[in-house]
Amino acid sequence: MRVMVGVKRVVDYAVKVRVAADKKAVDLANVKMSMNPFCEIAVEEAVRLKEAKKATEVIAVSVGPKASAETLRTALAMGADRGIHIMTDIRTDQELGSLSVAKILAKVASEESPDAIILGKQSIDGDFGCTGSMLASLMDVPQCTFAAKIDFDASTVERETDTGTEIVKFPGLPAVFTADLRLNEPRYATLPNIMKAKKKKIDTKSIEDLGVELSEGNEVLEVFEPPPREAGILVDDVDGLVDKLKNEASVI
Amino acid sequence: MLRSTSLFRKLTSPLSRAGTSVRSYQYKAPVKEMIFCSEEVHGFQEHYKSLKNLSGEDASPEMVKEILEGMGKFCETELFPLNEVADREGCTWVNPTTIKTPAGFKEAYDQYVEGGWQGLAYPEKYGGSNLPMSLALMKSEIMATANWTWSMFPGLSKGAINTIMLHGEDYLKDVYLPPMIAGNWTGTMCLTEPQCGSDLAQVATMAITEDEGKTYSISGTKIFISAGDHDFGDSAGSADGQVIHCVLARTPGAPEGTKGISLFLVPKYLVNEDGSLGELNNVGVDRIEDKMGCHGSPTCQMNFENSKGWLLGTKNQGMNHMFTFINTSRLGCAIQGSTAAELSHQGAVWYAKDRLAMRALSGKKNPGHEPDMAADPIIVHPDVRKNLLTQKAIAEGGRSMIYECAKVADRLADNEMAGAEGDEAAKKAAEEADDEMGFLTPILKGFLTEKGVDAAHLGVQIYGGHGYIKQNKMEQISRDVRIGAIWEGTTGIQGLDLLGRKIFLQKLKPLNSHCSKVRSFCWDTIMNAPTSAVRNHAIKVALLTLEWQYLTARIGLMAKDDREAIGSASVDYLMFAGYTHCAYHWLQMEVAAEKGLAAGTGDKDFYEAKVQTSSFFFDSMLPQTKTLAKTMLSPTDNVMKMKVSQFDVA
Repeated sequence: MRVMVGVKRVVDYAVKVRVAADKKAVDLANVKMSMNPFCEIAVEEAVRLKEAKKATEVIAVSVGPKASAETLRTALAMGADRGIHIMTDIRTDQELGSLSVAKILAKVASEESPDAIILGKQSIDGDFGCTGSMLASLMDVPQCTFAAKIDFDASTVERETDTGTEIVKFPGLPAVFTADLRLNEPRYATLPNIMKAKKKKIDTKSIEDLGVELSEGNEVLEVFEPPPREAGILVDDVDGLVDKLKNEASVI
Repeated sequence: MLRSTSLFRKLTSPLSRAGTSVRSYQYKAPVKEMIFCSEEVHGFQEHYKSLKNLSGEDASPEMVKEILEGMGKFCETELFPLNEVADREGCTWVNPTTIKTPAGFKEAYDQYVEGGWQGLAYPEKYGGSNLPMSLALMKSEIMATANWTWSMFPGLSKGAINTIMLHGEDYLKDVYLPPMIAGNWTGTMCLTEPQCGSDLAQVATMAITEDEGKTYSISGTKIFISAGDHDFGDSAGSADGQVIHCVLARTPGAPEGTKGISLFLVPKYLVNEDGSLGELNNVGVDRIEDKMGCHGSPTCQMNFENSKGWLLGTKNQGMNHMFTFINTSRLGCAIQGSTAAELSHQGAVWYAKDRLAMRALSGKKNPGHEPDMAADPIIVHPDVRKNLLTQKAIAEGGRSMIYECAKVADRLADNEMAGAEGDEAAKKAAEEADDEMGFLTPILKGFLTEKGVDAAHLGVQIYGGHGYIKQNKMEQISRDVRIGAIWEGTTGIQGLDLLGRKIFLQKLKPLNSHCSKVRSFCWDTIMNAPTSAVRNHAIKVALLTLEWQYLTARIGLMAKDDREAIGSASVDYLMFAGYTHCAYHWLQMEVAAEKGLAAGTGDKDFYEAKVQTSSFFFDSMLPQTKTLAKTMLSPTDNVMKMKVSQFDVA
């Protein structure tokens, strides 16, 4: 089995982002960037498959600017065999939409013919959570999203739901899986692997090279911070609370 | 403290509401700072290219960043949370061959070994990654900041590895180095005894020849042995409980004093022919100390009872052999000081930005002024800022001082390797590098540990009452770093070493060559100064080096009449040297920052912060040299005239 993994370079989860002066984007200048946490989980799952001898090759793919090569190197240091970098300067956290990314990945998949594609369930910048499903749809293959456990032998996936988990069976490979938090705990890159990663290959292409026509992107109207949290109000009794929740906050 | 209900409601910081903190700061590995310092200030990439033997080519900028980020992630997530646990739980003596370490230490050590980190700077021949030693120092810096006591385990092991690598016979190296470099075996340095620490001439541990001189029987007691034992090998993990001790001992009939001490390798478990562990070797821990801090590191009293040992190096040359590592171990100690300043500063900045108290005297002109909040965050207040900037100046100045030394250490190792193969020029270059390090390390160790202690104090102060409370993770730093100014040679010893041995005994040669080099840099900088501040600072540094040489001559004259003048002046002298050296480094950082600002591409805030801190250092900290210049020349009689009996308390 050959596995393709999607990795995305996003703002580091610990960073407190700020809105850019023109209110059209989040200010990314000199901000710490890292691999999307769910992508890390996806890479980890793929590498574990290789270690269990269930997979023979792990290919990491990233769509993003020049610096996304660093993200690919991290995937390589975790154990991926080679990388494919689709270079673009379109903002991957806003203008480049999920459908476009799915189209790009579908084209790469058509060239690489992986048996399994594992993506993170969503990226922590855009938080759209659509790419995996769209990719499966474009490729006309099964999708198992929010995976907490994948069993390739039994062809089942335990997936997260709003009320717990459910087990689904997928008809076979190829298929797309998206990784949820509980799928695994990603490893730390070891020093020997970081050094070995240097010798692993990364192929760089542009979107034009791939021959993909992008869907209409998103147009950002405005980016603003959420209103500051206000102080709470003390209510006199339960009736007062219910009244506020119903008539003021409109949540019940 | 008065609190009205409306004020209470407006306070949004959980810190203020809860009384004692529920949240606390989180350590972040300052990779950006480290890369700025190593690359933009000290040109490490070019330096790596110049190395012949060490794998400089593997240490490309991307690789360095990945290594630092990789280690950073490990330290932030695994090591830092254990820092508080280590302090609270400490270590427990279970039996002479088991010390229980704080919860989580063993698991973290397993991960560290799995990561292959211990072998970063060691030869591939023994399983290492052959990267330069300077990169190992940078990686150790992150570990040391996140969790000083945990980092002592791999740190002390490295001391033992270095000793065996340089002085062990091949058959010893082949057996002991691979598992130590992999991290499966740890190591210690056993020098101090109950009756002697600063004065190792009094070492009494005996080594009696056995087996026609092939092995020795070692007996004696060593104290203050950090990481003397542990429980890392208790369950199936990466360590198997083996500890390798490098022990100073005397053979019967050896000359008196330091000229009769030899160095031995004494394993906790004897090693079988096939490399597996055999029986215990009569090496035991009698007890562990109950200390002011560093609770995560077991400070052991080791007992050797006819333990089998192997000679390292040449008989009676033990002290000289130990001294080959004195420089690296002093550098490690300097790192303890600067990293304490770094951690304390991170905690203090976090608090100062959040904690509200009073209003800025100048009102809304102040950066950080928060008119909508109940009060301003304390970072607006000059006193708090001075404390923060002092910590910052030490942490960042210290880093630069250490990285410069790390480059020299690389050159030393590189040339030593070439010299061992017969390259005469390389041998000479190695000697020069050794001299340079020998001159700098007492300054770095003495100055950075003392200032590290100060910086940690300031961190507690910035937190106010909350700094005194253990939960807020500030006072621990203060207690942990305190030993830094004592071990590896007290500040007093560092002072004597610098002034007495390194400068006077060598007839001022290392001082003069250092000052010439610094003035040369200053001259270039003055001629090409991007700002008037840089020019003024360069002039200041040049003048200080002249003053340094002048003061040395003055003390020399005083010493002609009374040799006690050297001891009396030495600590003030050391601190003067430290401030001057730190100023030289802030100058270098300011120059690099101005260059970055002129290029216009990098992080403007980042570079401006460097320029600002440099200005603070030169104006608010460096003037201490004036006091030191005066006090170091204070008449020796002031210190020496009082009789011993006059020191009696009533």
